[in-house]
Amino acid sequence: MKTTSKVKKPRIEINKEWCKGCAICVEFCPQSVLEMRDGIVHVRDLDACTACQLCEIRCPDFAIHVIDEDK
Amino acid sequence: MFDYEQYLRKSKMPLIWCAGCGDGIVMKAMLRAIHKLQIAKDDICMVSGIGCSSRLPGYLDFNTLHTTHGRAITFATGIKMVKPELHVIVITGDGDATAIGGNHFIHAARRNIDLTVILFNNHIYGMTGGQVSPTTPFTKHASTAPYGNIENPFDISGLAAAAGASFVARATAYNAIQLEKLIQKAIEKKGFSVVEAMTPCPTTYGRRNREGTGVDMLLYQKDNSVPVAKANKMDAEELQGKIVTGVLVDREKAECRQEYQNLLDHFSKEGEVDS
Repeated sequence: MKTTSKVKKPRIEINKEWCKGCAICVEFCPQSVLEMRDGIVHVRDLDACTACQLCEIRCPDFAIHVIDEDK
Repeated sequence: MFDYEQYLRKSKMPLIWCAGCGDGIVMKAMLRAIHKLQIAKDDICMVSGIGCSSRLPGYLDFNTLHTTHGRAITFATGIKMVKPELHVIVITGDGDATAIGGNHFIHAARRNIDLTVILFNNHIYGMTGGQVSPTTPFTKHASTAPYGNIENPFDISGLAAAAGASFVARATAYNAIQLEKLIQKAIEKKGFSVVEAMTPCPTTYGRRNREGTGVDMLLYQKDNSVPVAKANKMDAEELQGKIVTGVLVDREKAECRQEYQNLLDHFSKEGEVDS
């Protein structure tokens, strides 16, 4: 666990075994953090993530998890 | 941070549902609602019938019961009568609950027994090959309606309300936050509670009706949902094709299991019944 950074960035965990590539998370991310590649979701721009968790709430496959230590 | 995996039987994952199916979104909303209510896993009994949505309890670490087609509510009624301390939650679909199980559905509502029914309405029999269901909209296509559905659909929430349910609400998979809040209210309500969860089926319904992917179908829900307060000011023509969301019925009525308990208590005082 990093303790040096002043502002903790959210972490996005993707379960590649469970993702079916429906792209719901990509469509409903308000900050365009995510993208589809090779049929599954990947993080495109983590810096833009505000940890709103709209991707996680709408992922039907429990495949994306946003971890924000501050929340 | 909410960890869904504490409720999952991870050995059963991944979910059987197709890419873009909304059932998993409803499932997660339900788990958040259960978590907010701080109900212990062993205090929940989740009962389902047959169909896509009815596969749901198999993935969850509650007391779970996967029953026969259309009969989830009857099994749940039995469980509630003998184990009234349990939160009995029924997971069912539009075909399961309103076609083969239609009679059970309306009579459980009439009895007003304390069950929470989460009814996944995807307008079709998904698992068995896209046959027309009682909620397939008029003119829409299904494998058994290749020229378009010639029948009128049920309004499930209206049916539950007319049959006597204490609590009836409708929400979409798109608006998962609203869905979570309504499921929470439904579990808290003592009496027969129905949450009609509108969920996209891109594989057997969307494809036949050219409604696109799961994403497209969620966007349709977004653009066509109307809160109940606004819908009350609209006429039937304006409401055509719209999804009215929110709490539709919330009323106090005598609850079946409590009335049974009152009888038991009354007669056990007189020494006529050992309870």
